[in-house]
Amino acid sequence: MRGWFLPLAVAFGFIFLYAPIVSLVVFSFNESRLVTVWGGFSTRWYGELIRDRQILGSAWISLQVAFWSANLAVIVGTLGAFVLTRFGKFTGRLLLTGMITAPLVMPEVITGLSLLLLFVSMELTLGWPAGRGLTTIVIAHTTFCAAFVAVIAQTRLRQMDESLEEAARDLGAGPVRVFFDITLPVITPALVAGWLLAFTLSLDDLVIASFVSGPGASTLPMVIFSKVRLGVSPDVNALATIIIGFVLVAVIIAGWLMRRTARRM
Amino acid sequence: MNALTRSAPWRGTAWAFGKLGLSGRSLVIAIPMLWLGVFFLAPFFVLGRISLAEAIIARPPFTPLFDRAPDGTLEIIASFENFRFLLEDALYRNAYLSSIRIALVSTVFALLIGYPIAYYIARAPEPKRSILLLMVILPFWTSFLLRGYAWMGFLRTNGVINNTLMSLGIIDAPLRMMHTDVAVYIGIVYTYLPFMILPLYANLTKLDGALLEAASDLGASPTVTFLTVPLPLSLPGIVAGSMLVFIPAIGEYVIPALLGGPDTLMIGRVLWDEFFSSRDWPVASAVAIVMLFLVVAPIMWLQSVQNRRGMD
Repeated sequence: MRGWFLPLAVAFGFIFLYAPIVSLVVFSFNESRLVTVWGGFSTRWYGELIRDRQILGSAWISLQVAFWSANLAVIVGTLGAFVLTRFGKFTGRLLLTGMITAPLVMPEVITGLSLLLLFVSMELTLGWPAGRGLTTIVIAHTTFCAAFVAVIAQTRLRQMDESLEEAARDLGAGPVRVFFDITLPVITPALVAGWLLAFTLSLDDLVIASFVSGPGASTLPMVIFSKVRLGVSPDVNALATIIIGFVLVAVIIAGWLMRRTARRM
Repeated sequence: MNALTRSAPWRGTAWAFGKLGLSGRSLVIAIPMLWLGVFFLAPFFVLGRISLAEAIIARPPFTPLFDRAPDGTLEIIASFENFRFLLEDALYRNAYLSSIRIALVSTVFALLIGYPIAYYIARAPEPKRSILLLMVILPFWTSFLLRGYAWMGFLRTNGVINNTLMSLGIIDAPLRMMHTDVAVYIGIVYTYLPFMILPLYANLTKLDGALLEAASDLGASPTVTFLTVPLPLSLPGIVAGSMLVFIPAIGEYVIPALLGGPDTLMIGRVLWDEFFSSRDWPVASAVAIVMLFLVVAPIMWLQSVQNRRGMD
């Protein structure tokens, strides 16, 4: 595999990965309405974006959903990871392991449909949740994001030096105090990374949100999807560029936090 | 004495839970267990139950499981009619088969493109290795939807590829690439490429460079060396990466909806249309259950392969 073949194949691979994204960003600064014909530099589409009430409204809904889903996913995911790494044997351990990893590979259409059917059945029998909207999207996103948080938190909890927790216990601290004074501060950077991952995953989701949302609660991906199905349009390019920039910053912060803790241990 | 009861603010609560036969430990277990039990596991039972119902025009649009018979007794209404319908209707059969075919072809191409990249990164010196690895992961973080959209601008009739090829004089008329199966393959390979590269990379970094040297010292050509040393040794990575591409690709909805043509049949799309357009919830549920088995089967197979490997 030495010689010219390998570098060429790798170069091709990276062009394949980056060319579409680069062209998407470049053409968001295009003056022309024809998305793929260059008509000079302009920020006109960004201006139109700011005046688009539908997009701004759905972006606000998406941000709220992502914020609450990330918060709840960190709680559920961390507790799940903590229980699986520190509690040894207990009844239902295998079940919890399965339930916490399965959402990672579950096709989104199945997750979305089955959750919607659950919400409808619950509304019929329990009267809650009344209708569908923000709450049901947050519940759905929390469930699949918790799986990702759990993976990150589990890795961190396994790497962590358990003698710190033992020392605290020997000095008379109760389990609650050990968790809040020792374990939590040590795994916090991993949890921040998990929170950011959950936030971006929630912000990104189209399929699950489409199933479990109700009238008046369209998330940003739902609005983009309905626009994009009709064809390419330059204001979507502008929006995509903003989102890519936003995600890039989040990933860099998460990566930096993970590296910093890895070095400190 | 339980250590929890020693900290004063917790004493009262702990005592109350103790009376109820609950410990703090079981409470901590209960939170993730309950959440996932209610919002992840229970939905599958609802899905299974509704797949046995019949679509009616009402709210909700399916027949109830229990019904009062005329003589006042409770009867259970359940039928496998929807599953029989799926088996007999050529549309669904073709959709399942074509999902498997599209997922397989995409997996093969992802392997062909991903393997050289993973190999190159695994053999690269630091810090080049970390930078290249980060470059592989970065696109994975940008929105699935927007990456599909990016390819729309690339593949369409007056898109970037056609414009470039025409201005270079390579082709006279634009190629038809959008709304074809080829566009779906490209979209899936593009979206899931990092899933292929990462397990391959993890596997190939463990490869001992001395083995490669030994093979070439003994006179093997680079091609023979590759086929006899890294390729067989990286088989577990190949299997893991292929599964991570194949499994989500089967259920894919967004990519065929954006890039595929009207005749691109994929099961995720059929389920979506059955639910949102036909409003037939019971049939959509049955489609989901059959799809679930398609996804679970390769995972079970992978696990049994890994278990056998573990025993060797």
